Amino acid sequence: MRKLLLKSVVQAPLTEPAPAADAAALAELASQVERAAHRRLGRSLSIREVDAGSCNGCELEIHALNNIVYDLERFGFRFVASPRHADVLLVTGPVTRHMEEALKRTYAATPDPKWVVAVGDCARDGGLFAGSDACKGGVGAVLPVDLHIAGCPPSPITLLKGLLALMEKHR
Amino acid sequence: MIVERRQWQHVGERMHAGELALVGLWGEPGCAHLAVMDRHSYGLMVLSLPGERFPSIGRLHPPAIRLERTMRDLYGLEAEGAPDVRPWLKHGEPYAFLPAEGESLHQIPVGPVHAGIIEPGHFRFSANGETVVRLEERLGYTHKGTEALLAGASLERAARLAGRVSGDSTVAYALAFAQAVEKALGCEIPARAIWLRALAAELERLANHFGDIGAVCNDASFTIMHAHCGWLREQVLRTAAQLFGHRLMMDCVVPGGLRADLPRQASEAIAALITLIRTRFPDLVELYDETESLKDRTVDTGVLTAALAEQYAAGGYVGRASGRTFDARRTPGYPPYDRLEFDVPTVHAGDVNARVWIRIREVGQSVALVEQIMAGLPSGAVASALPAGAGEATALVEGFRGDIFAWVRMGADARVERAHLRDPSWFQWPLLEAVIEGNIVADFPLCNKSFNCSYSGHDL
Ligand code: SF4
Repeated sequence: MRKLLLKSVVQAPLTEPAPAADAAALAELASQVERAAHRRLGRSLSIREVDAGSCNGCELEIHALNNIVYDLERFGFRFVASPRHADVLLVTGPVTRHMEEALKRTYAATPDPKWVVAVGDCARDGGLFAGSDACKGGVGAVLPVDLHIAGCPPSPITLLKGLLALMEKHR
Repeated sequence: MIVERRQWQHVGERMHAGELALVGLWGEPGCAHLAVMDRHSYGLMVLSLPGERFPSIGRLHPPAIRLERTMRDLYGLEAEGAPDVRPWLKHGEPYAFLPAEGESLHQIPVGPVHAGIIEPGHFRFSANGETVVRLEERLGYTHKGTEALLAGASLERAARLAGRVSGDSTVAYALAFAQAVEKALGCEIPARAIWLRALAAELERLANHFGDIGAVCNDASFTIMHAHCGWLREQVLRTAAQLFGHRLMMDCVVPGGLRADLPRQASEAIAALITLIRTRFPDLVELYDETESLKDRTVDTGVLTAALAEQYAAGGYVGRASGRTFDARRTPGYPPYDRLEFDVPTVHAGDVNARVWIRIREVGQSVALVEQIMAGLPSGAVASALPAGAGEATALVEGFRGDIFAWVRMGADARVERAHLRDPSWFQWPLLEAVIEGNIVADFPLCNKSFNCSYSGHDL
């Protein structure tokens, strides 16, 4: 471990993304997200992610927000384990009938003020699964939605942009 | 092959005797289908039994039990003599969990909404103090009615749906579906498409294995591995986006070939990724191997016996960490893997550590495969037109998690009449219940992550 840690000390930080285009977008977003988040909620915003029947693709990209390249926590966003600690519910999937009650209960357990962000094309209107008897057809069919982030799945950069938009909308 | 009850029954008995492995068991209105594989010759056989009822296979061969419960939930097919008649994918009624009896037992219900960013499912632990006596899974929360949507869908829509059965395996699913369609229609696809599909599939395997290796270590609170593996995963996804136009490579594999050829500078991007992995990954492997406090958590935890792995024909790292040598790329096998050199790493310990090591070794194999693919990549077109026609066929494709089975029946109107996609998790989830027994509750996340079963792929 010492070897790896020493290497990390002398190497440039990995958080510096490799492709130039991404780096620019990320840097731009970084400062904007930071400013908006501070204005709205001081130093932090807690997010509870709820998979309401996604294919897991959206979760993979939400996970990526936490990796050292995007490092969401440096902006004051934090994923929390309990809805009782959350300001934002980040909901994915077409909302299957079998997840409807759990989603409603999670919403009820989240203290006010709270926001609901529907992530991915499924969460918007059911996406490819629209019309299925087993699905409600989007988060809006079950909860009031403050923002949709489009994509199948949305990339981490798109997700970051979406979180920024949420802050702007409720300024 | 249309069979009679007698033949169906006979095949069930041969499964019971250990001669045949269960590959799939599914239904459609008025007909039950069963796919089995000879454990020695790897010959695959599909049997279809018309009617609303069929003799239970689960009665003879437990891996079939959940599949039979699902057939009743989705199509009202009755498995006669079935050992468990509770609903499975269908919710609504209060669920009768199996009793666990004994002194000082308490229950811990977990889910469907979990603490982390993971898929929903319910786990019911019966524990004595910290020791788990029984775990019972309750799945089906992500049931989206995928099979019903596939029935009658246009080929284009069906392919997109197939690629979203389990988002982490979108390439493998799209590939399994496409192979089955192409076989059903008798379509030959260009050699270049075959090789590029393998390239996408190996990149998918690399991304998922990096993610899993990091995540297992993270569940043992060893976050430095998680950070570095997450970074490697991100590099794979970015390369995938560069080459295939989508980070997860969704909708890139289509029936008939590939949606698009590689862009220019693809080989430079691949070469850079390979150099990166070759320079960074060995240090991480060494770190994993030398950290005793980490191995203290992974060694001897969640042991899966070879007998159970074999009985359930557990695919992927779950099977290969418990002595099973099966890999669909090799047996029955499909091109271009017959032209490529690779090992199928196998170990016998069956614990969390073994499942991590299989992934570590498979990273090495996939990197070598990517190099061989780029070196041997044929030129030419990447798609051919699909002939009209009807037909039925199957495919078996090795995803990162294990073998994905696809069965497709094409109608003459270029629509999918019926399709069934069987996730490897069907034969891994039940084993997770077995391996946690006698372990402490706190080791469940480690065991669970080391299996990394799919919820969405299973719930359909
Ligand atoms: S939007 Fe796409 S990636 Fe997200 S859950 Fe739906 S199908 Fe999967």
